[in-house]
Amino acid sequence: MYLPDGYTTLTKRAPKDDREVYDLFFGPNHPGMHGNFGYVLEMEGTQIVRVRPNAGMLHRGFEKSMENKRWVQNLSLIPRVCVPDPDPNEVAYCQAVEAIMGIEAPRRARYIRSVVLELSRLGSFLMGMGGVGGALGHYSIMYLMMESRDRILDLFEELTGGRVYHIYNIPGGVRRDIPPGWKQKVLDLVDHLEKRLPEYDRLLYENPVVHTRLQGLAPLSAEEAITSGIVGPNLRASGVKADVRVDAPYAAYDEIEVNIECSGGGDALARAVQVRMDYLEAIRIIRRLLAKIPDGDFKLDLGNLMKLKVPAGDAYSKVESSKGEFGYYVVSNGGMKPYRVSVRGPSLPAGLYLCHKHLPGMKIDDVAVWMATLAICPPDIDR
Amino acid sequence: MALGDKSFFTPFSTLLNIFKKTLTVAYPKEDINVHGRPGASDNYRGMHTNDLEVCIGCGTCSDVCPTAAIVMQDTGEDENEIDPTRKPEQPVIDYGRCCFCAFCVDSCPSGSLSMSRDYIYTSPSIEEEPLAELEWKVNKFTIKPDANHEEEKSWISEVDLAWLDYVRSDMEHHSPEKRVQSFIEIVHGFSRQQALKEAQRCLECGICTRTCPAHMHIPEYIRAIYDEDLKKSVNIMYETNPLPAVCGRICTHKCETVCALSHRGEPIAIRWLKRYAVDNVKDEDLREVATKNKDVIKSNGKKIGIIGSGPAGLAAAYYLSGMGYQVTIYEKHPKAGGTMRYGIPSYRLPDEALDREISQIEAMGVEIKLNCEVGQDKKWKDLKQETDAIIIATGFPTGRSTRIDKTNNPNVRLAITMLNEIRLGKEIDVHRKIAVIGGGNVAMDIARSMARLQKDKFGEVDITVTSLESREEMPADDEEIEEGKEEGIVFKPGRSPLEVKIEDEKVRGLEVCRCLSVFDENGRFSPKVDKNIRECFPATMVIEAIGQAADYSFLTENEQNLLNIHRGTLMIKDGYQTGMENIFVAGDIVNGPDVIHAIADGHKAAQEMDTWFFGKRNLPLKKAPLE
Repeated sequence: MYLPDGYTTLTKRAPKDDREVYDLFFGPNHPGMHGNFGYVLEMEGTQIVRVRPNAGMLHRGFEKSMENKRWVQNLSLIPRVCVPDPDPNEVAYCQAVEAIMGIEAPRRARYIRSVVLELSRLGSFLMGMGGVGGALGHYSIMYLMMESRDRILDLFEELTGGRVYHIYNIPGGVRRDIPPGWKQKVLDLVDHLEKRLPEYDRLLYENPVVHTRLQGLAPLSAEEAITSGIVGPNLRASGVKADVRVDAPYAAYDEIEVNIECSGGGDALARAVQVRMDYLEAIRIIRRLLAKIPDGDFKLDLGNLMKLKVPAGDAYSKVESSKGEFGYYVVSNGGMKPYRVSVRGPSLPAGLYLCHKHLPGMKIDDVAVWMATLAICPPDIDR
Repeated sequence: MALGDKSFFTPFSTLLNIFKKTLTVAYPKEDINVHGRPGASDNYRGMHTNDLEVCIGCGTCSDVCPTAAIVMQDTGEDENEIDPTRKPEQPVIDYGRCCFCAFCVDSCPSGSLSMSRDYIYTSPSIEEEPLAELEWKVNKFTIKPDANHEEEKSWISEVDLAWLDYVRSDMEHHSPEKRVQSFIEIVHGFSRQQALKEAQRCLECGICTRTCPAHMHIPEYIRAIYDEDLKKSVNIMYETNPLPAVCGRICTHKCETVCALSHRGEPIAIRWLKRYAVDNVKDEDLREVATKNKDVIKSNGKKIGIIGSGPAGLAAAYYLSGMGYQVTIYEKHPKAGGTMRYGIPSYRLPDEALDREISQIEAMGVEIKLNCEVGQDKKWKDLKQETDAIIIATGFPTGRSTRIDKTNNPNVRLAITMLNEIRLGKEIDVHRKIAVIGGGNVAMDIARSMARLQKDKFGEVDITVTSLESREEMPADDEEIEEGKEEGIVFKPGRSPLEVKIEDEKVRGLEVCRCLSVFDENGRFSPKVDKNIRECFPATMVIEAIGQAADYSFLTENEQNLLNIHRGTLMIKDGYQTGMENIFVAGDIVNGPDVIHAIADGHKAAQEMDTWFFGKRNLPLKKAPLE
């Protein structure tokens, strides 16, 4: 069997073994690991010497499965590519299908999509920030943020019928219109979330323990971040002003002001702080979207969706998720099923390649922080 | 981010948290009341609920389910005894697979399926339900949804939100002003775009297949149309129907009345789709499909004579020749087609469409002897001697009279005879004012044909159609009635004819009275009339179109006795065999006047005859695979 350099079959003994260097399996069954992914760490004491990413345990064959399902049937599978932030997947896929078909969702649908995307971003950030707290042993902050996230899920439940997997977008729009009173509930919620921020700051961002642990950890220079394909908040944390919502606006973002700011610095602390800045901006964007949301249709009439045929062609559609650019490359041969769907997960480069450079030299307990601050999501790797 | 100011008292600030309201709730002491009432939101996708009274068992939920969680379970009912608009099946959901996406709800054509706010499901423990372990594991998650969660319905199926297309593609027609001027075909036929849009609507449930007398594989050929493979589509049609272009125009489309979409919207235009496929398939492809087995068929040496080249005769001839028989059809008219050519006006079925299909049947090796009437040009005795078996498919060629007073006048005519004469190109005596008696499609045909002739001769239409049945009960197709109205025909339904008014040997009008009801409580024909409410429709010609009958006059009395024909009724065995074993019947004689029934009969009679000759050697017809 051919294995590239750095990948081995899992031998229990490291080459230099005389009980000084040993293999440590960090994951898949570890509280600091996200999902069914793992690093095999070669340790010297508590210090990492080498790392081997151990992917493949999550493999549910998303991309291959999509080739065997009809265009709309895939929508029940797609949100599962990213559990905390499922909507960018749905929107990216639907936008790709719409692009191949040469149609555009109605304006109201695009606004609803944007609101849903921003709410999803808030939920994901809360989980991400809570994850940083959890990785550092600060569980209170995680519990508090989960409580806030639950309030977002309540609103998702009311709009889409589902709390975690919304399965809400379809080619040509969304499945249901906004229910009466929902807009006000969202506004009340974002007010509440903004009010909670000072407490989060006190617990997390102004916490000296957090500062000590995060400062200077795994620094990414702007150049390194760009060349290695880092995107989204992590790229902005390295000082690069890049955001799909601004650079290639989709949904309703071309009609809405999006102010992106960079925390700069590039280390784990900068990345954590960047998430907080983006979180606040997402709250503002939701207010702007809801103020401008137009009346009209929320979906196009595409006939019997089950037998939807997409003309032959291909399209790449990208969406700014909470982790950065989420891309779907969709190829159709004119049939009732996709010929090929390829997912571009934003955290793949960090999780799979950059770890080789940055993890050696870290302590064991920093691995969970690496995972949390770079928002490494195993389905981005295993899809 | 700046670090917070620290002081001696900072640690004590945490004591303030004691006075804060907690974020968590103690259930069930405190209500979780997020959505205005306890429980999930009004849009929640929880456990399924299914109104079994409304569910039609079409299986669309099962088809759309992305996790294959839904399977259709047989209800055990007899397929032939239940309402033809549904299948004897109901969905069963495996909650071990269900992902609660509600695609099934959004695709449900009848709207019976919905999801509820209920999401807690507990199964009985093994101790309580001591089933065999494996069975228990399966039963634990597999539930047949019924009205259990009916009161907590949340994600419901609505026409506007459904993923289905409930609206038909428009079919373009000639305007009434234009079409009444000639016998030009009214309907234009679907364009490619329209056909594809219409084919996309089909759910492929197959409820239609059971109702179609010929059991045509409708979902399969619609799918082939959707895949733009017209050759494949026509190939599927020819398995059960050698006259698809005819049926694509004049079929009574019983399939459409049971279409799953008809419960909340317009049914699929199955008839027009069929017509689109046959009309647009290339000539060489049609020939290849229709005669695909010709080169490999071995003759079995049996000679079959078929009397009548109507739909039943042609269908029987086509399938018999496909089985290796040598078939000859005897037709008394100068052209083949029977009622299809000499009964149905050409604005509904133009000759070109009919000729194209008959030529395929001839290409299979069927010989059609025209202008050859059995009994006159060909003696029955000779026919019996020359052939191994005979199929009588003479149909209903004669009209029935109302037998009211004074119908013996030469200007009181039978519709069927007149339609015959029009199609044969004979000179027709067209009057300025005409009254037609009858509410069926033949009445519509003659009324609309005469309207065209009147328009041509006098420049105006003056025809009154009267029937026993009220407008709602009239057996004619609604579209025929509506189109007739547009062409200037006046309808006076719910009236019973009393007598033809005659002065100086000339027809002056038709006297009618009010008809209160046509059928009695048991559904038998027994009209009740009120003779006090009378009216008279002025007319110089009266046409009777109240029904047709079989005609066995080509047989001598002795032969009729041998065939058990008494008072115009032929006795047949179960199936299509008569009292004389080698003589079969098919078509209107067996099942009444209807083209698709006749085609189905022709096919079945052919199969039955083959079984009679050789035992059950035929392989059953195979369904073409969908994908």
